[in-house]
Amino acid sequence: MWKWLHPYAKTERAYQLCLTLQPWFWAGALLCLSIGTVWGLAFAPQDYQQGDSFRIIYIHVPSAILSMGTYVAMAIAALVGMVWQWRTAYMSMIAMAPIGAVMTFIALFTGAAWGKPMWGAWWVWDARLTSELILLFLYMGVIALYGAFEDKQQAGKAAGVMALVGVVNIPIIHYSVEWWNTLHQGATISKFDNPSIAPEMLWPLLINLLGFALFIGAVTTVRLRNEIVLRELHRPWVQALAQQHIEGKR
Amino acid sequence: MQFESFSDFINMGGYAFYVWLSFGVTFLSMGIIAVQSYLKQSSLLKAVIVEQERKARIKKARQENTHAQ
Amino acid sequence: MSLYAGIFKRDLHIAFKQKAELVQPLMFLLMVVTLFPLGVSPAPETLQRIGPGVIWIAAILSSLLAMERLFRDDFQDGALEQYMLSGMALPAVSAVKVAVHWLVSFVPLLILSPLLAMFLNLTYDMYIALMLTLLLGSPLLSLVGAIAVGLTVGLQKGGVLLALLLIPVFIPLLIFATSAVDSAALQLPYQSQLAIIAAMLLLAAALAPFAIAYSLKVSQN
Repeated sequence: MWKWLHPYAKTERAYQLCLTLQPWFWAGALLCLSIGTVWGLAFAPQDYQQGDSFRIIYIHVPSAILSMGTYVAMAIAALVGMVWQWRTAYMSMIAMAPIGAVMTFIALFTGAAWGKPMWGAWWVWDARLTSELILLFLYMGVIALYGAFEDKQQAGKAAGVMALVGVVNIPIIHYSVEWWNTLHQGATISKFDNPSIAPEMLWPLLINLLGFALFIGAVTTVRLRNEIVLRELHRPWVQALAQQHIEGKR
Repeated sequence: MQFESFSDFINMGGYAFYVWLSFGVTFLSMGIIAVQSYLKQSSLLKAVIVEQERKARIKKARQENTHAQ
Repeated sequence: MSLYAGIFKRDLHIAFKQKAELVQPLMFLLMVVTLFPLGVSPAPETLQRIGPGVIWIAAILSSLLAMERLFRDDFQDGALEQYMLSGMALPAVSAVKVAVHWLVSFVPLLILSPLLAMFLNLTYDMYIALMLTLLLGSPLLSLVGAIAVGLTVGLQKGGVLLALLLIPVFIPLLIFATSAVDSAALQLPYQSQLAIIAAMLLLAAALAPFAIAYSLKVSQN
């Protein structure tokens, strides 16, 4: 069933895939983020209780969801790398890690900026905030571990184990609002129930979610290309590529 | 449009500082990581060229050595 | 003079090449501080009470981890021996190296300190006092720490030994620093504590370079 994926175990094919996807990701991200942000900031209605500060939701919720989603994607890439020994899987994993960390930081920061006017504190040590902070530490650990090895093949394996071990944190973050008595509110979007949020507020949220996801995709393709070039420095196709880049500049 | 005027929009119902701080830091971080990724790409490709030129120089020097001998 | 400027630039350059080595002690600091609300109590009053001590202890521990790199790389590639054999004044070389180490290790800590203060619910007055104690005390950590690092430079298993040597020496600094921040919490003046820390700093700044040079001579034979 997954035979169509097999060519992407080779770095050259993976590189070509990145080149193809990149412009679409950037265009889509720009489009969705512009529409979602403008809609959310200027056109969506005010919240009854929170007034205009609730507009932070249009960044906070997508970045929080995607911080977890990117980590899961990283863990899947690590698993593929371990089971099928694909180098491109490990390279994708490390390509995603920094942008996942940035998303986690954005979720934490916007959460704090939202929490201060609404609940009076920039930070509290409740279950959801703490587990999201731990997610940031996990990202930093994976990045640090990968960077510590000279041999990037070994680095990928080590960081992959680390990523897989940390994936247990994801359900903890997600269910933290149910399992513990927390200050943080419950899930805004639920797959199976009707969302508790009004449609005029839901649409910009979903559009921004897509926009952030496409942004993550775009940055990942750039970083994956970088990682491939770094690892395949001596291959003729990379050297031809570099020549083209220089000639394009002149 | 949910706001009466542009200055109302900037004011965000009194929450201006928090809303614009959030949006600002968010887009700034996203911008930084995007730019950094592209700068890395540029420097990597340049490094490949530098390495290529270095190899060509070494090869040339070896050839001249053998010719001289 | 330009020789010492050269060492300063070289050390700074090497430090920036090893970004991971600089970032990891900071991450350690952040994580250790995070452990206290989780392990002790997340109640804001408790955190405010223990906060200054937690931050200072975490700073001391993370600086102990990072301190080894002061002479390690130069020892391994022979540059240390070169410095000692050249005509340069070893105390001056040591002072320059400690200056770079402080800039690279503690200035990021100072930048991170507002975040730590927020995590532990410190008030603004307490934060100001904390900043001042860190500003005056962290060079002291570098200077005195370097003496012990100089002694243990060639040893294989220097790490924990370094901590055992330095923790007793840092205790007075810890006591005065936390006392200053606690006074700030009660809206009391804390100039006397700061003055004592400053006096220790001046003493260290004057004498430590010579002590470091001597300890290097001892360990390098």
